Amino acid sequence: MLVILCPHCGPRNSDEFSFQGEIVARPGPASDQETWRDYLYMRDNVAGWQTERWFHVSGCRRFLNVERHTVTNEIGVVTPVGGVQ
Amino acid sequence: MSRLSERPGEVIDRTRPMDFSWNGKPYRGYAGDSIASALAASGVRVFSRSFKYHRPRGILTASFHDPNLMVQVGDEPNVRAGHRLVEEKMEVSAQNAWPSLGFDAKGVNRLLGRFLTPGFYYKTFMSPRSLWPWYQRVLARFAAGGVVGVDPQPGRYDHRYAHPDVLVAGGGPAGMAAAIDAAEAGAAVILVEEEHRLGGHLRWGDSDDLGALEELSAAVLSHPGIEVMVDSVVTGRYDHNWVAIAQRGVEGVDERLVKARVKCLVVATGTIERPYVFEGNDLPGVMLSTAVRRLINLHAVRPGERAVVLSANGPGDSAIADLEEAGVEVAEVIDARGDDTVIKASGRMGVQGVIDSRGRRHDADLLVTAVGWTTTTTLLNMAGDRPMYEPRAARYLSKSLPYDVLATGGIVGDGSTDQLVQHGTAIGREAARRASVVKFQWLTAVPTGVTRQPPDTSEIEVPPLEAERHPELFRSSTHGFVDYSEDVTSKDLFAAAAEGYDSMELAKRYTTVNMGPIQGKLEAVNAVAIHGEATGSSPLETSTTTWRPPYAPVSLGVLAGRQYEPVRYSVIQPWHERREAKPLVAGSWIRPEHYGDPVAEVTAVREAVGIIDVSPLGKIDLRGRDVPKLLEFVYVNKWSKLDVGKVRYGIMCNEDGVIFDDGVTGRLGADQYMMSSTSGGAAGVWNWLDDWLQTGFPDWDVKMTAVTDGYASINVAGPNSRELVGRLTEIDLRPEAFGYMEVRTGVVAGVPGCFLWRIGFTGELSYEIHVPSAYGLWVWERLLEKGEDLGVRAFGIEAQRIMRLEKGHFIVGQDTDGLTQGHGMGVDWAIKLDKPDFAGKPELMWQAERDDYRRLAAIQTEDPAIVPPEASQIVAGDVIKGRITSSRMSPTLGRSICLGQVDPDLAAPGSRLHIRLSDGVTVAARVLEHHAHFDPEGTRLRG
Ligand SMILES: [Zn+2]
Repeated sequence: MLVILCPHCGPRNSDEFSFQGEIVARPGPASDQETWRDYLYMRDNVAGWQTERWFHVSGCRRFLNVERHTVTNEIGVVTPVGGVQ
Repeated sequence: MSRLSERPGEVIDRTRPMDFSWNGKPYRGYAGDSIASALAASGVRVFSRSFKYHRPRGILTASFHDPNLMVQVGDEPNVRAGHRLVEEKMEVSAQNAWPSLGFDAKGVNRLLGRFLTPGFYYKTFMSPRSLWPWYQRVLARFAAGGVVGVDPQPGRYDHRYAHPDVLVAGGGPAGMAAAIDAAEAGAAVILVEEEHRLGGHLRWGDSDDLGALEELSAAVLSHPGIEVMVDSVVTGRYDHNWVAIAQRGVEGVDERLVKARVKCLVVATGTIERPYVFEGNDLPGVMLSTAVRRLINLHAVRPGERAVVLSANGPGDSAIADLEEAGVEVAEVIDARGDDTVIKASGRMGVQGVIDSRGRRHDADLLVTAVGWTTTTTLLNMAGDRPMYEPRAARYLSKSLPYDVLATGGIVGDGSTDQLVQHGTAIGREAARRASVVKFQWLTAVPTGVTRQPPDTSEIEVPPLEAERHPELFRSSTHGFVDYSEDVTSKDLFAAAAEGYDSMELAKRYTTVNMGPIQGKLEAVNAVAIHGEATGSSPLETSTTTWRPPYAPVSLGVLAGRQYEPVRYSVIQPWHERREAKPLVAGSWIRPEHYGDPVAEVTAVREAVGIIDVSPLGKIDLRGRDVPKLLEFVYVNKWSKLDVGKVRYGIMCNEDGVIFDDGVTGRLGADQYMMSSTSGGAAGVWNWLDDWLQTGFPDWDVKMTAVTDGYASINVAGPNSRELVGRLTEIDLRPEAFGYMEVRTGVVAGVPGCFLWRIGFTGELSYEIHVPSAYGLWVWERLLEKGEDLGVRAFGIEAQRIMRLEKGHFIVGQDTDGLTQGHGMGVDWAIKLDKPDFAGKPELMWQAERDDYRRLAAIQTEDPAIVPPEASQIVAGDVIKGRITSSRMSPTLGRSICLGQVDPDLAAPGSRLHIRLSDGVTVAARVLEHHAHFDPEGTRLRG
């Protein structure tokens, strides 16, 4: 059970959050199939630091960009999408 | 073995005798005795039979981790007799010994020993395959382990959350000192000790040790900042110092699982004494030095009459003094720091003689070994440490620890009590300081307006605690047992190496060494060293062992705990209960399935009027200029031209085009909308909207509030619904004033702030009234009261499901599945691919270009009496062509009706289908023209 320092709620257990995984930019609706399906299904799955999206669903309900080391689970900087509100 | 006169450090209460039974015979011990010490005091020497060879086994470690002391207590198997305290009337029996410990029929296995070689199971019980069931029965009879009671256990278990600043695992001198000084520095401390009392090795030490113990434990127990948990074990350390403790001895429960978020963890778990490998090392009477010191000093048990001691260290030498004091004749001391060692112990049911490396034979019934210590690094490993083997000290030592984990005591090094306490003291202060750093970081993560004192950033100096030089002693020149639980010998490890298992990980799985209930705590280092000797490598220096939770076995009961699963009820629930509604679990909601007669409920709605509590329906209040943009994006259909007072049906798809929810949204005012979702999908829709608003379109002016619990929702359906609702409200209900798919706000039964919309899930004229939830029950009861002469009746989910199926309305998740994309569900008209963008659009575009997807179809069996069960397959020969997704007997039509998903070539109206029932019989059916089995033109609901 990780601790995530939510910029709105402080240190909270990770089971309050919903993990959304790697941040993937949505391609335009006129994309070709390969681009679109990369967006839907393909992930980099890095072993190391990555910025990923967590949703504090049982807290402030804000979407957060969380830096996490996927091997050690160390958490780096946490920033709300669109800034602190 | 016999009971000694009073010992200064004894933990038994001689004024409180405990009568219990062992294999059906009466025995007496004292309060404070372990099962093993009470039996040993009465002369019991053989406690178990070994797993494979059924060799007699006796006390080895006299602690929780004694592989030979697994017993059955009542209907509880695998009780650790070296740890569990004896209780009055306790029924204890030996496991794995038939017909008795003294005469063991299966002991003949010893004669067959040469067949029970490593890989025995793989080699022997492979073929012929037809005999596997027989092998299984044979193996089951030979397997170790007791008997599990099949009756439900009356035990009570709990979970608790704890948030200590500092958690100290291990209550020896260093652990106690760390706890005291951390608490003195202001930290909230939990101290966990596996044994029943604090003190570690001080408990069986000399008078100085006992004096130090008394002082330390008095300071611990009296400190208000320290919570002490004895007979409790830290079973695991997980990410970010999430620590699990199995706590026993809590009043009211058998066991409790404490989940602690620890700011700084101090590991003071000490060392475990290692056995020595030589011929006969498993005979009853071969004991570790800590075992005899425990027996003599804690339980006042004389462990034998005449002893040989093999000692390589100071604590081993202290055991000699203890033996002499206990009146045991010490026949010979073999100093393992020189070249001398033990070659063999011999005897039948226990040690009778010992042969040393000079070839001398000593008569003895006790052989005590003190050949080294294994550091209990489990928690360090779980914290990411990779302890390395230090040959100079013959043990593993910590390499690197994360900031929030510290170690002290024997796991770090050796020293006098004073040195251990000094080290623990410094570590305790440093732990409190680090906890305050973590706390500061946590408390200041969010601006609070409170100014906080920043923590001290200068590390506390910790005095060195060096691991003393110790000879490397693992095996004598003879072969003996390495893993007592699994009956694996050093010879087996040599054989495995000769067969090519040159990797320890493979040899472990092949021989099953380290895989028994002790999980390598005693034997892992010996196993790795001997495997290295057999393969000519030095794997200790290069290997690290992986230790996974749990550290010690935990009961399933404590893991399960008491389950608190919250459920949700509508505000109208008291009425449902009074009418004895049959409860239906629908996600987290408990809803009325029916009130005794769902068919009569259907008839009431079709012929008069009915009311149903639909409060769990998801409701989201949307306000702002850009709500239409949001609706355009999350729904597949168009929303830009929805006038105030209108309601529209919409479908939501994921980005893969799969339908995930549907519902209606109404425009209540210029910039105010109310969205509804399915009950089960309410949370998901709310999250989905939040996701797009926050991460996709943060500039949009949309304010969203989830109001599912804010409104009680009542659907009033049936030909008399207009008359009934009209009796409660001033809102103009005439069809020309309030049409189908329209919404109005106003006062209902005196309650302001309601909104009503005309929709028709049941296929009848209906008004769905949404009432501020505090008045839900009031309005519900008024409807029943005012509608009595109109034939009003409450109906439940079952009647609603029948009616929606008669009407051909699909339910997302029932008639769709995780692959059902938007097209093909009969709502293709609603998918507007000419919109510039919406969630899932590209996939729906590509779907529309294909024709390979299943279609939803209304299906009727030729035999109107047959209701194919939901999920029945639609087949053509042996090919599956679809399935029935919903089916019921229709009270309105007097025949069975279905919805199903069918392949495109069978989806056309009039197609003949074959439905395979669960008994294998196939029945004929046909596809209807419309999804609605009843009133396809919709004249009733538009009336
Ligand atoms: Zn938050």
